[in-house]
Amino acid sequence: MSKEWPLWEVFVRAKNGLAHKHVGSVHAADDRMAIEAARDTYTRRMEGVSLWVVRSADIVASDPGESAALFEPAADKVYRHPTFYSIPEHVKNI
Amino acid sequence: MADPVHECALRLGDDSLILGQRLSEWCGHAPMLEVDLSLANIALDLVGQATLFLGVAGDADKLAFHRDVLDFKNCLLVEQPNGDFAQTIARQFLFSNWQELVFRELTRSRNATLAAIAGKAVKEVAYHARFANEWMVRLGDGTAESRARVVDGLEWVWRFGDELFEVDGVIEPLIASGVSADVRKLRGEWDQRIARTLADATLEMPKPRRAAKGGRIGHHSEHLGHILTEMQFLPRAYPGAQW
Repeated sequence: MSKEWPLWEVFVRAKNGLAHKHVGSVHAADDRMAIEAARDTYTRRMEGVSLWVVRSADIVASDPGESAALFEPAADKVYRHPTFYSIPEHVKNI
Repeated sequence: MADPVHECALRLGDDSLILGQRLSEWCGHAPMLEVDLSLANIALDLVGQATLFLGVAGDADKLAFHRDVLDFKNCLLVEQPNGDFAQTIARQFLFSNWQELVFRELTRSRNATLAAIAGKAVKEVAYHARFANEWMVRLGDGTAESRARVVDGLEWVWRFGDELFEVDGVIEPLIASGVSADVRKLRGEWDQRIARTLADATLEMPKPRRAAKGGRIGHHSEHLGHILTEMQFLPRAYPGAQW
Protein backbone atom coordinates (compact mmCIF):
# COMPACT_ATOMS: atom_id res chain seq x y z
CA MET A 1 0.00 0.00 0.00
CA SER A 2 2.89 2.37 -0.69
CA LYS A 3 0.59 4.41 -2.92
CA GLU A 4 -1.62 5.38 0.00
CA TRP A 5 -1.27 8.91 1.27
CA PRO A 6 0.33 9.33 4.70
CA LEU A 7 -1.81 9.52 7.81
CA TRP A 8 -2.14 12.75 9.81
CA GLU A 9 -3.51 13.17 13.32
CA VAL A 10 -6.03 15.97 13.73
CA PHE A 11 -6.42 18.27 16.74
CA VAL A 12 -9.29 20.73 17.10
CA ARG A 13 -9.58 23.72 19.41
CA ALA A 14 -13.28 23.87 20.22
CA LYS A 15 -13.15 27.51 21.26
CA ASN A 16 -10.59 30.09 22.22
CA GLY A 17 -9.17 29.45 25.67
CA LEU A 18 -9.45 25.67 25.40
CA ALA A 19 -6.63 23.37 24.39
CA HIS A 20 -6.51 21.55 21.07
CA LYS A 21 -7.92 18.08 21.45
CA HIS A 22 -7.24 14.99 19.38
CA VAL A 23 -10.29 14.09 17.31
CA GLY A 24 -9.09 11.57 14.73
CA SER A 25 -7.00 11.26 11.60
CA VAL A 26 -7.06 11.89 7.85
CA HIS A 27 -5.07 10.76 4.82
CA ALA A 28 -3.37 13.53 2.86
CA ALA A 29 -0.46 13.97 0.49
CA ASP A 30 0.82 17.23 2.00
CA ASP A 31 0.24 19.59 4.90
CA ARG A 32 -2.18 21.93 3.06
CA MET A 33 -4.29 19.00 1.98
CA ALA A 34 -4.22 17.64 5.51
CA ILE A 35 -5.60 20.90 6.90
CA GLU A 36 -8.34 20.97 4.26
CA ALA A 37 -9.28 17.32 4.80
CA ALA A 38 -9.33 17.92 8.56
CA ARG A 39 -11.50 21.01 8.08
CA ASP A 40 -13.96 19.12 5.88
CA THR A 41 -14.00 16.01 8.03
CA TYR A 42 -13.94 17.33 11.58
CA THR A 43 -15.18 20.96 11.67
CA ARG A 44 -18.16 20.92 9.34
CA ARG A 45 -20.62 21.08 12.25
CA MET A 46 -18.97 24.06 13.92
CA GLU A 47 -16.77 21.94 16.16
CA GLY A 48 -13.80 24.26 16.12
CA VAL A 49 -12.00 27.57 15.72
CA SER A 50 -8.50 26.23 15.11
CA LEU A 51 -6.90 23.10 13.67
CA TRP A 52 -3.57 21.36 14.08
CA VAL A 53 -2.42 18.45 11.96
CA VAL A 54 0.70 16.42 12.53
CA ARG A 55 2.03 13.42 10.65
CA SER A 56 1.11 10.30 12.59
CA ALA A 57 4.64 8.99 11.95
CA ASP A 58 6.04 11.96 13.91
CA ILE A 59 4.16 11.10 17.09
CA VAL A 60 6.20 9.31 19.73
CA ALA A 61 4.02 7.02 21.83
CA SER A 62 4.62 5.41 25.18
CA ASP A 63 5.28 1.68 25.08
CA PRO A 64 2.21 -0.34 26.14
CA GLY A 65 4.61 -2.91 27.63
CA GLU A 66 5.78 -0.28 30.08
CA SER A 67 2.37 0.94 31.09
CA ALA A 68 2.56 -0.77 34.49
CA ALA A 69 5.74 1.11 35.39
CA LEU A 70 4.53 4.37 33.84
CA PHE A 71 0.98 4.64 35.06
CA GLU A 72 0.13 2.27 37.90
CA PRO A 73 2.19 4.05 40.56
CA ALA A 74 -0.24 6.98 40.30
CA ALA A 75 -3.20 4.81 41.28
CA ASP A 76 -2.84 5.10 45.07
CA LYS A 77 -1.72 8.74 45.24
CA VAL A 78 -5.14 10.20 45.88
CA TYR A 79 -3.59 13.29 47.52
CA ARG A 80 -2.48 14.41 44.05
CA HIS A 81 -6.07 15.04 43.00
CA PRO A 82 -7.28 18.58 43.61
CA THR A 83 -10.46 17.34 45.25
CA PHE A 84 -9.95 18.68 48.76
CA TYR A 85 -11.19 22.16 48.09
CA SER A 86 -14.28 23.40 46.25
CA ILE A 87 -14.13 25.26 42.94
CA PRO A 88 -16.22 28.43 42.73
CA GLU A 89 -19.23 27.87 40.50
CA HIS A 90 -18.38 30.58 37.99
CA VAL A 91 -15.02 28.99 37.12
CA LYS A 92 -15.54 27.05 33.92
CA ASN A 93 -13.59 24.41 32.04
CA ILE A 94 -11.75 22.82 34.94
CA MET B 1 -42.03 41.66 -17.82
CA ALA B 2 -40.53 39.84 -14.89
CA ASP B 3 -38.68 41.80 -12.22
CA PRO B 4 -35.03 42.03 -13.38
CA VAL B 5 -33.84 41.38 -9.80
CA HIS B 6 -35.64 38.03 -9.99
CA GLU B 7 -33.84 37.24 -13.22
CA CYS B 8 -30.50 38.17 -11.65
CA ALA B 9 -31.19 35.97 -8.61
CA LEU B 10 -32.32 33.15 -10.89
CA ARG B 11 -29.02 33.15 -12.78
CA LEU B 12 -26.96 33.17 -9.59
CA GLY B 13 -29.16 30.52 -8.01
CA ASP B 14 -29.14 28.25 -11.07
CA ASP B 15 -25.33 28.38 -11.27
CA SER B 16 -25.08 27.19 -7.68
CA LEU B 17 -27.89 24.65 -7.97
CA ILE B 18 -26.65 22.88 -11.09
CA LEU B 19 -23.02 22.76 -9.96
CA GLY B 20 -24.16 21.56 -6.52
CA GLN B 21 -26.12 18.76 -8.19
CA ARG B 22 -23.18 17.89 -10.46
CA LEU B 23 -20.71 17.69 -7.57
CA SER B 24 -23.14 15.54 -5.59
CA GLU B 25 -22.67 12.87 -8.25
CA TRP B 26 -19.21 12.32 -6.76
CA CYS B 27 -20.67 11.32 -3.42
CA GLY B 28 -19.40 7.82 -2.70
CA HIS B 29 -17.18 7.81 -5.83
CA ALA B 30 -14.32 10.22 -5.09
CA PRO B 31 -10.76 8.90 -5.12
CA MET B 32 -10.38 9.16 -1.32
CA LEU B 33 -12.80 9.36 1.58
CA GLU B 34 -11.43 12.78 2.53
CA VAL B 35 -11.90 14.13 -1.00
CA ASP B 36 -15.38 12.62 -1.12
CA LEU B 37 -16.30 14.65 1.96
CA SER B 38 -14.72 17.81 0.57
CA LEU B 39 -16.66 17.61 -2.69
CA ALA B 40 -19.91 16.85 -0.86
CA ASN B 41 -19.31 19.83 1.45
CA ILE B 42 -18.78 22.12 -1.52
CA ALA B 43 -21.92 20.72 -3.16
CA LEU B 44 -23.94 21.40 -0.01
CA ASP B 45 -22.60 24.97 0.21
CA LEU B 46 -23.75 25.50 -3.37
CA VAL B 47 -27.19 24.01 -2.81
CA GLY B 48 -27.55 26.27 0.23
CA GLN B 49 -26.71 29.32 -1.88
CA ALA B 50 -29.19 28.16 -4.51
CA THR B 51 -31.94 27.91 -1.91
CA LEU B 52 -31.33 31.52 -0.86
CA PHE B 53 -30.99 33.01 -4.35
CA LEU B 54 -33.97 31.10 -5.76
CA GLY B 55 -35.91 32.24 -2.71
CA VAL B 56 -35.36 35.80 -3.92
CA ALA B 57 -36.55 34.84 -7.41
CA GLY B 58 -39.69 33.08 -6.16
CA ASP B 59 -40.54 29.74 -4.54
CA ALA B 60 -37.13 28.01 -4.39
CA ASP B 61 -38.43 24.41 -4.45
CA LYS B 62 -40.82 25.10 -7.28
CA LEU B 63 -38.10 26.79 -9.31
CA ALA B 64 -35.64 23.97 -8.71
CA PHE B 65 -37.95 21.03 -9.29
CA HIS B 66 -40.74 22.22 -11.59
CA ARG B 67 -38.97 24.11 -14.34
CA ASP B 68 -37.91 22.62 -17.65
CA VAL B 69 -34.53 22.91 -19.36
CA LEU B 70 -35.22 26.06 -21.38
CA ASP B 71 -36.17 28.00 -18.25
CA PHE B 72 -32.85 27.40 -16.48
CA LYS B 73 -30.43 30.34 -16.63
CA ASN B 74 -27.19 28.83 -15.38
CA CYS B 75 -23.96 29.24 -17.34
CA LEU B 76 -22.93 26.30 -19.53
CA LEU B 77 -19.79 25.63 -17.48
CA VAL B 78 -21.63 24.27 -14.42
CA GLU B 79 -23.69 21.72 -16.37
CA GLN B 80 -20.66 20.12 -18.02
CA PRO B 81 -20.05 16.48 -17.08
CA ASN B 82 -17.78 15.65 -14.18
CA GLY B 83 -15.49 13.61 -16.43
CA ASP B 84 -12.62 12.34 -14.33
CA PHE B 85 -11.49 13.99 -11.09
CA ALA B 86 -9.12 16.31 -12.97
CA GLN B 87 -11.89 17.62 -15.23
CA THR B 88 -14.10 18.23 -12.19
CA ILE B 89 -11.27 20.19 -10.56
CA ALA B 90 -10.62 22.20 -13.74
CA ARG B 91 -14.30 23.15 -13.90
CA GLN B 92 -14.30 24.11 -10.22
CA PHE B 93 -11.11 26.11 -10.72
CA LEU B 94 -12.65 28.35 -13.39
CA PHE B 95 -15.99 28.64 -11.63
CA SER B 96 -15.02 29.21 -7.99
CA ASN B 97 -12.45 31.85 -8.85
CA TRP B 98 -15.15 33.65 -10.84
CA GLN B 99 -17.86 33.18 -8.22
CA GLU B 100 -15.66 34.50 -5.44
CA LEU B 101 -15.05 37.74 -7.35
CA VAL B 102 -18.74 38.09 -8.21
CA PHE B 103 -19.87 37.55 -4.63
CA ARG B 104 -17.24 39.95 -3.32
CA GLU B 105 -18.76 42.65 -5.56
CA LEU B 106 -22.29 41.60 -4.70
CA THR B 107 -21.70 42.20 -0.98
CA ARG B 108 -21.89 45.91 -1.94
CA SER B 109 -25.20 45.49 -3.81
CA ARG B 110 -27.92 48.09 -3.25
CA ASN B 111 -30.27 45.13 -2.85
CA ALA B 112 -29.85 44.26 0.83
CA THR B 113 -30.97 40.64 0.44
CA LEU B 114 -28.54 39.88 -2.40
CA ALA B 115 -25.78 41.63 -0.44
CA ALA B 116 -26.50 39.54 2.66
CA ILE B 117 -26.55 36.24 0.73
CA ALA B 118 -23.28 37.18 -0.97
CA GLY B 119 -21.76 38.11 2.39
CA LYS B 120 -22.46 34.64 3.73
CA ALA B 121 -21.53 32.81 0.54
CA VAL B 122 -18.30 34.62 -0.26
CA LYS B 123 -16.54 32.91 2.66
CA GLU B 124 -17.69 29.50 1.47
CA VAL B 125 -16.54 30.20 -2.05
CA ALA B 126 -13.16 31.53 -0.95
CA TYR B 127 -12.58 28.04 0.41
CA HIS B 128 -13.84 26.38 -2.79
CA ALA B 129 -11.39 28.47 -4.81
CA ARG B 130 -8.52 27.59 -2.48
CA PHE B 131 -9.42 23.90 -2.69
CA ALA B 132 -9.58 23.98 -6.51
CA ASN B 133 -6.41 26.06 -6.90
CA GLU B 134 -4.41 23.70 -4.74
CA TRP B 135 -5.67 20.65 -6.58
CA MET B 136 -4.76 22.27 -9.91
CA VAL B 137 -1.19 22.59 -8.63
CA ARG B 138 -1.07 19.05 -7.24
CA LEU B 139 -2.39 17.54 -10.45
CA GLY B 140 -0.47 19.78 -12.85
CA ASP B 141 2.82 19.49 -11.00
CA GLY B 142 2.18 15.88 -9.96
CA THR B 143 2.70 12.69 -11.94
CA ALA B 144 2.78 12.35 -15.73
CA GLU B 145 -0.72 10.88 -15.62
CA SER B 146 -2.25 13.51 -13.31
CA ARG B 147 -0.73 16.20 -15.50
CA ALA B 148 -2.06 14.71 -18.74
CA ARG B 149 -5.52 14.39 -17.20
CA VAL B 150 -5.70 17.94 -15.88
CA VAL B 151 -4.43 19.32 -19.22
CA ASP B 152 -7.29 17.47 -20.94
CA GLY B 153 -9.80 18.62 -18.33
CA LEU B 154 -8.77 22.24 -18.61
CA GLU B 155 -8.85 22.00 -22.41
CA TRP B 156 -12.46 20.77 -22.17
CA VAL B 157 -13.79 23.47 -19.82
CA TRP B 158 -11.81 26.37 -21.28
CA ARG B 159 -14.42 27.21 -23.96
CA PHE B 160 -17.01 27.91 -21.23
CA GLY B 161 -15.00 30.66 -19.49
CA ASP B 162 -15.97 33.63 -21.68
CA GLU B 163 -19.68 33.25 -20.96
CA LEU B 164 -19.06 34.05 -17.30
CA PHE B 165 -18.15 37.62 -18.25
CA GLU B 166 -21.09 38.40 -20.53
CA VAL B 167 -23.60 41.11 -19.72
CA ASP B 168 -26.94 41.41 -21.53
CA GLY B 169 -29.86 43.83 -21.59
CA VAL B 170 -31.48 42.25 -18.54
CA ILE B 171 -28.51 42.80 -16.24
CA GLU B 172 -27.23 46.10 -17.67
CA PRO B 173 -29.83 48.29 -15.86
CA LEU B 174 -29.15 46.39 -12.60
CA ILE B 175 -25.47 47.22 -12.89
CA ALA B 176 -26.34 50.87 -13.49
CA SER B 177 -28.54 50.92 -10.38
CA GLY B 178 -25.88 49.21 -8.25
CA VAL B 179 -27.83 45.99 -7.70
CA SER B 180 -25.79 43.56 -9.80
CA ALA B 181 -22.03 43.08 -10.05
CA ASP B 182 -20.48 44.13 -13.35
CA VAL B 183 -18.74 40.92 -14.36
CA ARG B 184 -16.95 42.62 -17.27
CA LYS B 185 -14.80 44.51 -14.78
CA LEU B 186 -13.77 41.27 -13.07
CA ARG B 187 -12.17 39.68 -16.13
CA GLY B 188 -8.72 41.14 -15.55
CA GLU B 189 -8.50 39.93 -11.98
CA TRP B 190 -9.86 36.51 -12.90
CA ASP B 191 -7.31 36.17 -15.72
CA GLN B 192 -4.54 37.02 -13.26
CA ARG B 193 -5.74 34.48 -10.71
CA ILE B 194 -6.02 31.76 -13.33
CA ALA B 195 -2.59 32.60 -14.75
CA ARG B 196 -0.97 32.59 -11.29
CA THR B 197 -2.30 29.16 -10.34
CA LEU B 198 -1.48 27.70 -13.76
CA ALA B 199 2.08 29.00 -13.37
CA ASP B 200 2.32 27.32 -9.94
CA ALA B 201 0.96 24.16 -11.53
CA THR B 202 3.56 24.41 -14.34
CA LEU B 203 0.67 24.33 -16.82
CA GLU B 204 0.28 26.33 -20.01
CA MET B 205 -2.68 28.63 -20.48
CA PRO B 206 -4.90 26.84 -23.05
CA LYS B 207 -5.16 28.49 -26.45
CA PRO B 208 -8.22 30.68 -27.01
CA ARG B 209 -11.03 28.82 -28.73
CA ARG B 210 -14.50 29.60 -29.94
CA ALA B 211 -16.56 30.38 -26.84
CA ALA B 212 -19.69 28.37 -26.04
CA LYS B 213 -22.48 30.63 -24.76
CA GLY B 214 -26.24 30.74 -24.38
CA GLY B 215 -26.98 29.44 -20.89
CA ARG B 216 -28.26 32.82 -19.64
CA ILE B 217 -31.05 32.73 -22.22
CA GLY B 218 -31.84 29.05 -21.78
CA HIS B 219 -29.81 27.63 -24.68
CA HIS B 220 -28.17 24.71 -22.92
CA SER B 221 -26.02 21.76 -23.81
CA GLU B 222 -27.66 18.32 -23.89
CA HIS B 223 -26.24 17.62 -20.42
CA LEU B 224 -28.64 19.82 -18.47
CA GLY B 225 -31.70 17.76 -19.41
CA HIS B 226 -30.05 14.64 -18.02
CA ILE B 227 -29.20 16.43 -14.78
CA LEU B 228 -32.81 17.56 -14.37
CA THR B 229 -34.16 14.09 -15.10
CA GLU B 230 -32.36 12.81 -12.03
CA MET B 231 -32.70 15.90 -9.85
CA GLN B 232 -36.41 16.41 -10.48
CA PHE B 233 -37.55 12.80 -10.59
CA LEU B 234 -38.86 12.50 -7.05
CA PRO B 235 -40.96 15.67 -6.77
CA ARG B 236 -42.38 15.07 -10.25
CA ALA B 237 -43.23 11.41 -9.68
CA TYR B 238 -44.60 12.07 -6.17
CA PRO B 239 -45.96 15.63 -6.16
CA GLY B 240 -46.14 17.13 -2.69
CA ALA B 241 -44.04 14.33 -1.16
CA GLN B 242 -42.85 15.04 2.39
CA TRP B 243 -40.03 13.52 4.43
